[in-house]
Amino acid sequence: MKNVTIDVKHITRVEGHGNISVNVENGEITKLQLAIVESPRYFESFLRGRDYREAPHITCRICGICSVGHTTSSVKAIEAACGIEVTEQTVSLRKLIFYGEQLQSHVLHLYFLAVPDYLGVGSVIPLASTHPDVVKRALRMKRLANDVCAVVGGRHIHPIAVHVGGFTHIPKEEELLDLKRRLEAARADLAETASLYAQLKLPGLHRDTEYVSLKVTDNGEYAFYDGDIVSTLDPKPTKVKDYRKRVIESVVEHSAAKHCVSPNAPTYAVGALARFNNNHEQLHPAARGVAKELGLTAPCDNPFHNNTAQLVECVHCVEASIELIDTLLTRGLTVEAIVPPTRFGTGAGASEVPRGVLFHEYSLDEAGKIENANLVIPTGQNLANIEADLRAMVPPLLDSDMSTQEMTLQLEMLVRAYDPCISCATHFLDVEWVS
Amino acid sequence: MKPKVAIFSLTSCEGCSLAILELEDRLLDILGAVEIVNFREGMTPRSWDIDLGFVDGAVSTPEDEKELLTIREHCKVLVAIGACACLGGINTLKNPQGKDSYAPYVYGDQAKWFPTTDAKPISAVVDVDYQLPGCPMVKEEFLRFVQCILAGRTFRLPETAVCVECKKNGNLCLYEKGVVCLGPITRAGCEAICPTYGSKCEACRGIVSEDALKAANINLQEQYDVSLEDVLADLRLFGAHQDTTLP
Ligand code: SF4
Ligand code: SF4
Ligand code: SF4
Repeated sequence: MKNVTIDVKHITRVEGHGNISVNVENGEITKLQLAIVESPRYFESFLRGRDYREAPHITCRICGICSVGHTTSSVKAIEAACGIEVTEQTVSLRKLIFYGEQLQSHVLHLYFLAVPDYLGVGSVIPLASTHPDVVKRALRMKRLANDVCAVVGGRHIHPIAVHVGGFTHIPKEEELLDLKRRLEAARADLAETASLYAQLKLPGLHRDTEYVSLKVTDNGEYAFYDGDIVSTLDPKPTKVKDYRKRVIESVVEHSAAKHCVSPNAPTYAVGALARFNNNHEQLHPAARGVAKELGLTAPCDNPFHNNTAQLVECVHCVEASIELIDTLLTRGLTVEAIVPPTRFGTGAGASEVPRGVLFHEYSLDEAGKIENANLVIPTGQNLANIEADLRAMVPPLLDSDMSTQEMTLQLEMLVRAYDPCISCATHFLDVEWVS
Repeated sequence: MKPKVAIFSLTSCEGCSLAILELEDRLLDILGAVEIVNFREGMTPRSWDIDLGFVDGAVSTPEDEKELLTIREHCKVLVAIGACACLGGINTLKNPQGKDSYAPYVYGDQAKWFPTTDAKPISAVVDVDYQLPGCPMVKEEFLRFVQCILAGRTFRLPETAVCVECKKNGNLCLYEKGVVCLGPITRAGCEAICPTYGSKCEACRGIVSEDALKAANINLQEQYDVSLEDVLADLRLFGAHQDTTLP
C-alpha cells in the first residue's frame, strides 16, 4: 500500500496564502487539510464605531479583486438598515460596475491563474513570449473590464463614486458610448477564448454536494446584483435577511477563514458553477450558446467546470453591460442627490460576487454608528467543500500511476478551479502532503 | 542584465499588487525590462536573488514580521507600496480597541488560535528605501518609479497637497458643500481622484507635512467650523495620523 506525503506551502496563483497537507499511510488518508495561513484581518472589528456611510469604503479594502463586490453587498446592507430606497439610475450604474468587476475577475482567473496549468507552464509570464496573442487578448479584455469600473466608480480597486444612497459622480454619455463600442468588439475576443478553452482537457471529479446561490424570482434576471437564496437541494427561496437559516458559520483551528455549513448538506459550494446550476435559464442566449459549445449542462457537479461557468458568465456580463448602457443612454443620465436614511436599525445585503454569494449584515446605533457587523465571504463558504473534494480526489489519484508531483499539481488545480480568494476569506491556503 | 523584481504581500487586500496587473497595456513593456522572480499571486517559480522588492500590506502578525525580515535580507532595494505598507493602512483601525477586544470579537473563544499584533507600517520593522503611498497605490506613480529606477534617476514624491491637483482639475471645493475633505493636508500624486469623483479625500497618501497638519488644525476649525472629532476620524481611516490630538 502507498505512503504519500504532500506538503504544498503557499499555493501559488490564488488570492492570498494557503497550504494543502495530505498524509497517506498504507493507502489510507490520515490527514487532509486546506490550511488558511493568511493573516487574520479583523474587518468586523474595524467597523465598530464608524459612521454607516464608511462601511462600503472600509469593507471594499477586504479584497482588491472583489472590491466592487464588497462595496455592493455593503451599500445594500446599510441601505436595508437605514430604510433607503435608491433610484433606478443608481441600480443600473451599480449593475454596470458590478458586471465590469465580474469580467475583470473572471478574465484574470481564467487567463492568469488557471490556463497556465492547462498549458503546462508555471505562470502567465512565459506565455507572453510563447503565446503573445493569448496574453494580449487577456490584457485587452481585462483593460476593458477595468475601464467599465473606472468610468462608473472612478477606479476599479476601491471604487470612489459608489455610496450608500447613490452616486457622487455620473459617467458622461461619450464615455458610455465608447465602452459600448469596446464591449461589442470584445465579443470576438470571447469567441476566441471559448475556442482556446474548448481545446483544454479538464480533469473530472464528481461528488454530490449542494450548490447555493442567489436567484432573482420576479424579473427573471440572472442573479448578480440581487436575489433570494436558493440551492440545488432546497430550491425554495429564502430572503437575504434570513441568511442565517441557510449559512451556519464556524471557526476551525487550521483556518483563519471561517468555515460554513448548510442545513441541507455537510458542505456546499458557491460561485460561478453554483449560479449556473441554479440560474442557467436566465443567462443571456449568447452565454447559453457558449455553455452548449463547451459541453456545460446543468446540473453539473464537476468542480473543474467552475472555470467553464466563469467563461459563460463573461459572455453574459458583456451582453448585459451593452443592454444596460443602452437603457442608461435612452433614459438620459441625471445628477441625483444621495438618498438619506429614514431610520437606523439592522440590515443584511447580498450580491453574487465573482466567487459566490457574499453577505454583509450591520446593526447601527441611533446616531448611525456601526455597532455590529458580520460578513460571510464566498471562499469561507467553499473551504469545507474544497476539502471534501480533495478527499474524494486522493483515492483515484493513489490508484493511478501518477508521481507525487503530478498528484500535487492535480490537487492544486482543483483548489485553483474554485478561484479561492483567501485575502477575502480571512477576513486563505498551502498544500502539505505528509506520510 | 535585467533587474530581478519580486512582489510580496503581508496583511493586505493585495490591491496594490493587483494594481500592477491593472497596468495592462503597459505591463508587457515592464515585463520586457525586468525579470519577475517572485510573485505568488501570479506564478509558481521562485528565486530569492532580488534587486527590487515591492511589499504591500501591513505588519500585523508575528509571521508578517518574520517574513518581512527575510524579504529585507534578500532585496537590494525595498519599496513599500500602498497605505498598508507605508502607514499601516486600514488595518490600524483595530489598534485603539486593544487585542483583547478585537480578536475575540471576530473569532470568539478561538481567538487564541490566530496570533496577531497591532498593525504597523513596514518601516516600523525594517529599513525601507522608497514609499509609494495610496489605497491603492497610484499605478501611474508606480510606473514612473520603475522608469526612474531603470534609468538611474532619483525618484521623489510630490511635496504639495491634494488641493493643488484638485484645483487644477477645476473641481468645486467640497467644503463649499459642507463636506470635510483632507485634501489640504494630504500628499498629492493621485490627481485628486476622490474629490474629482465627488468624494472627500481621506488622506490615504499620508500627511504632506507636519506644518500642513498644524495649519489645518487652525484653518479648518476657524473657517469651516469643522469638528476636530470628524477630522481625526477621517485621519485615522488609513493610519495617516493615529494620535487623538492634532499638533
Ligand atoms: S493599501 Fe489599500 S489597496 Fe493597497 S493593499 Fe492596502 S488596503 Fe489594499
Ligand atoms: S475638495 Fe478637498 S482637495 Fe479639493 S480643493 Fe477642496 S479641500 Fe482641497
Ligand atoms: S484624494 Fe485623498 S483619499 Fe483619494 S486617493 Fe488621493 S490621497 Fe487618497
